[in-house]
Amino acid sequence: MIRVSGLKKSFNNNEVLKDISFQVNEGETVAIIGPSGSGKSTLLRCLNYLERPDAGSIEVGEVSIDAEKPKKVLVNQLRMQTSMVFQHYNLFKNKTVLENITYPLTATKKYRRREADAVGQNLLEQVGILDKQEAYPISLSGGQQQRVGIARALAVDPHAILFDEPTSSLDPEWVGEVLNVISDIAQKDKTMLIVTHEMNFARDIADRVIFMADGYIVEEGKPEDIFDNPQHERTRRFLSKYGRQVSTENNKEEPALVMA
Amino acid sequence: MNFDLAYMLEIIPELLVYIPITLYLAIVSMIIAVAIGVVLSLLLVNKTPVLLQLSKLYISFFRGTPVLVQLLMIYFGLPQLFPWLNSLSAVNAAIIAFSLNTSAYLAEIFRAALISVDKGQTEAAISTGLTYRQAVWGIVLPQAVRNAVPATGNMFIGLIKNSSLAFTIGVTELLAQGKLLATATLQFFEAYLAVGIIYWGMTIVYSWVQRWYEARINRPYEV
Repeated sequence: MIRVSGLKKSFNNNEVLKDISFQVNEGETVAIIGPSGSGKSTLLRCLNYLERPDAGSIEVGEVSIDAEKPKKVLVNQLRMQTSMVFQHYNLFKNKTVLENITYPLTATKKYRRREADAVGQNLLEQVGILDKQEAYPISLSGGQQQRVGIARALAVDPHAILFDEPTSSLDPEWVGEVLNVISDIAQKDKTMLIVTHEMNFARDIADRVIFMADGYIVEEGKPEDIFDNPQHERTRRFLSKYGRQVSTENNKEEPALVMA
Repeated sequence: MNFDLAYMLEIIPELLVYIPITLYLAIVSMIIAVAIGVVLSLLLVNKTPVLLQLSKLYISFFRGTPVLVQLLMIYFGLPQLFPWLNSLSAVNAAIIAFSLNTSAYLAEIFRAALISVDKGQTEAAISTGLTYRQAVWGIVLPQAVRNAVPATGNMFIGLIKNSSLAFTIGVTELLAQGKLLATATLQFFEAYLAVGIIYWGMTIVYSWVQRWYEARINRPYEV
């Protein structure tokens, strides 16, 4: 379970998160959508303290942190509760595909080499690139690299996995294979929080959708409600740009856009 | 022209004997310089307050003054201020001077090498539960080493040759022996050419070693 309340974050004088509160239940998949610059990625990065929030509290699994007085020990424990899949994969370039997965296991979780290899190979098989285990990241396609990134995030067996726009820097031809892998994980009842621009994917995979704009959560709800019957003007405007069908009932002033 | 090739070839074996002391000066100085350089570069990258300013002052001084001046200050100047340093041998004084001087240049090389490893990898390491220190040791440093090797190798080649400055404080190394032979026979050109060829040979051999090492550590980055 993830519980966030009153989270605030500014960069210099630019307030990126303005009082964010939400909850993700055990085993739930939540998609965060919204325009660029709305604070989605920053929110995700606050959850594992890659960014340090200014105020509010974060609770993930058994660890909770008050942003006003974060203890270093707690920050480390909080980071252990989650793992992250990055937009740019961020694989360790000096390590092989298998080592990318096993290095965190042997370094932090005190696995023996052979146990770690077994875990890693099993996960590589799940994401479909066991044959590349000895390769270095540079020789992989974007889609393959991201699948390794997902396997690495799964390996530490976190309480929740954070996906930060996992397909945004992929060539269109690789998007499908990565989304398929993520869908598989979602079906295994992993707790997942996904920032994405793939609206169809969010709709298909998420149990709940959060729409963010300008540092606020504008609305949240079941995918059908958000996509078919958004309550807020801001949400409708955003979705119309993505060409989603938006219910005309609540949207008299703007013509609905219908695409494919 | 009055060039005595036979004499030059004859003295080369006498000079080769001094390769070990020259290499000793260069290698020991290099090892110490790398250690100091790594620490300085981490202070520069992490911008640790106070220590950052001190590091910058150190680098500025040792890059901004001639290595020969530093050598003379350490060997002749320091014992004047601190009498217990009277027992400092010329070889050790040379090693200290070369280490301090080279470390200032290496600090800048290593700083650039560290920041050229993209931050995302550190973030990925931290997000999988590694500590910052583990991320630096296991992920960032190995890649920074690769970035730093070519420029560091240049520094080492410079150091092999700069070690000849040690003769000014009385260390009998390669150049000192060449000078000795030259003044004994007055065949200056042959003696100094022989010395030069030996330095040249050492840098060529070192360049081979470095090329082999670069090829080895580049393997993960070749498609």
